[in-house]
Amino acid sequence: MALLDIKDLKVHFYGRSGLLSRKKKPFKAVDGISFCIEEGQTYGLVGESGSGKTTTGRAIIGLNPLTSGNITFNGRDLTMERRRGKITFDRNIGMIFQDPYSSLNPKKRVLDIVAEPLRNFERLSPKKELAKVQQLLAQVGISADSIYKYPHEFSGGQRQRIGIARAIALKPKLIIADEPVSALDLSVQAQVLNFMKDIQKELNLSYLFISHDLGIIKHMCDQIGIMYRGRYVEQGSSDELFSNPQHIYTKRLLSAIPVKEPAEREKRAREREAIAEEFQTSYHRYFDQEGLAYPLQHIAGTHYAAAQGTGGR
Amino acid sequence: MQNELLTIQHLTTSFKIEDHYYAAVDEVSLSVKPNEVVAIVGESGSGKSALAFSIMGLHARAKSEGSIAFEGYNLNSLGPNELNKLRGKHIGMIFQDPLSALNPLMTVGDQIQEALILHQPNMSKKERKRKVIELLNSVGILQPDVIASSYPHELSGGMRQRIVISIAIANEPKLLIADEPTTALDATIQLQILDLIRKLKDDIGAGIILITHDIGVVAEMADRVAVMYGGQIVEIADIHTLLSDPRHPYTRSLLRSIPSADTPKTKLYSIQGVVPSLKHLPRQGCRFRFRIPWIGESSHEENPQMHELSPGHFVRCTCYQNFWFPGEEDIQNGAS
Repeated sequence: MALLDIKDLKVHFYGRSGLLSRKKKPFKAVDGISFCIEEGQTYGLVGESGSGKTTTGRAIIGLNPLTSGNITFNGRDLTMERRRGKITFDRNIGMIFQDPYSSLNPKKRVLDIVAEPLRNFERLSPKKELAKVQQLLAQVGISADSIYKYPHEFSGGQRQRIGIARAIALKPKLIIADEPVSALDLSVQAQVLNFMKDIQKELNLSYLFISHDLGIIKHMCDQIGIMYRGRYVEQGSSDELFSNPQHIYTKRLLSAIPVKEPAEREKRAREREAIAEEFQTSYHRYFDQEGLAYPLQHIAGTHYAAAQGTGGR
Repeated sequence: MQNELLTIQHLTTSFKIEDHYYAAVDEVSLSVKPNEVVAIVGESGSGKSALAFSIMGLHARAKSEGSIAFEGYNLNSLGPNELNKLRGKHIGMIFQDPLSALNPLMTVGDQIQEALILHQPNMSKKERKRKVIELLNSVGILQPDVIASSYPHELSGGMRQRIVISIAIANEPKLLIADEPTTALDATIQLQILDLIRKLKDDIGAGIILITHDIGVVAEMADRVAVMYGGQIVEIADIHTLLSDPRHPYTRSLLRSIPSADTPKTKLYSIQGVVPSLKHLPRQGCRFRFRIPWIGESSHEENPQMHELSPGHFVRCTCYQNFWFPGEEDIQNGAS
């Protein structure tokens, strides 16, 4: 059985407008997506800003209430807890945030930052807690004498590792990593990605890896889902998606990856033009009247793509 | 060479930290031709943005030495009033964060007009309005009249960056400095913005300095690339040479650490240590040597110079000659 099983997840936001507080149409941030993550695997969620990928991650950990759908994690049905809108956390789910500068409280010492989940879920004596924090910091490669320092005394990569130490403090089974390296420099990025892979093996972790960088997604993920305006347009293994994209939106995303060789510039420019044209001419085959993707259709193996309409409506 | 648009010679920009000046840009020489894209690559703290800000004269409290020749002026010796006549007119700048580059209390249309009022005071009000619409059109904004009367917070990141670009090109600059223009944007939007900058270059023949840490953007756009580390240019070459035959250990390390869609899922290379802060940067000898400690001291030059390997391809220090990555020892030994 899958570690995390998401069925038809919907997260809608209801805003109110005007003086009379007329109910507006809901904003459908996540509009019926399903996927599962196996133990020890990395699942990538890709999409542009506003596609609902972050909302999905937040709904799973309990930061956004569900509108409908089911979440089963580790054999336990989280749906009711998540729907009530009351924030309940599962100690087996950890989270790594995008910005290591704003996700660590600047007024807290590293000790307090890393120990916070321990204090919430485990009762340890101060001595044991200290030992545990030191061990966690050693695991992420931060020297043990740094525990009394404050976040500003660390570099971006070090801060992100402190964030990871906090995320793995309770030995979670799943870590939701929301753009964990996009705020970091290239070589630091490499460091953090390598490190995430190392602890994955060590602790048999699963990741929900949220990113808009397809290069990183391909490097990290086993399975990938591509989101567009709250819905899936395509889902499959990394090979299936990268070598045989079906949906025009996936094709467009892939063609937007920068070239590696300047010699390919013209060739790629022509490809992009062709795809942009196809996007224009066959738009209605891929998107419904509201500009949303159709339901998924099975292609082969684990590969699913949003079905195509009849064309020309 | 006479056809250079911008020639920077021995530019040193220093900041004062606790009574001492530390050079963030150290003896940088660089030139840009019209219709040329020169990319400056490096990690944060390498001095690439400091260099851009120096060219624009935007560092209020820095000490700047050396010359920046542009159109017969030495930008480094001009006062603020004279600089203001050039900035925004002949030199445009695109900033990394479009939200903080725009005034939140002014409509974007008024902000574009501001650039026109300053540099083309003879333009009538009507003409200016028309020009604003024309500019918004040229950066691919679909409803220019609606967008012109909106405020920055009402627009998406990609839209805001288009506004910043339309301000930068309002007076058809000869030189455009783009500081991480697409870092905050999604891949598809990034592509649109890069296309826009490319079109600008073709339309008005502007020279472009593109500052980025994204090698993909460089491969897309640049004609020439300068790699910066610790305030110095450590390697400079045309784009083909730099990507196919990088020599400096830092350039090679950077290129090795990119995860890309077509590399196997092996371990990524990461550079040891961290970029030193301005204050703790080693000023003697090769500045990169502490991050490649397995390379013997004798491989480095005492006073690293730029060496020309082929026309236009320069590398700093001699450590590139015997450089190898850990794990490659066997290859190294076998070859020697």
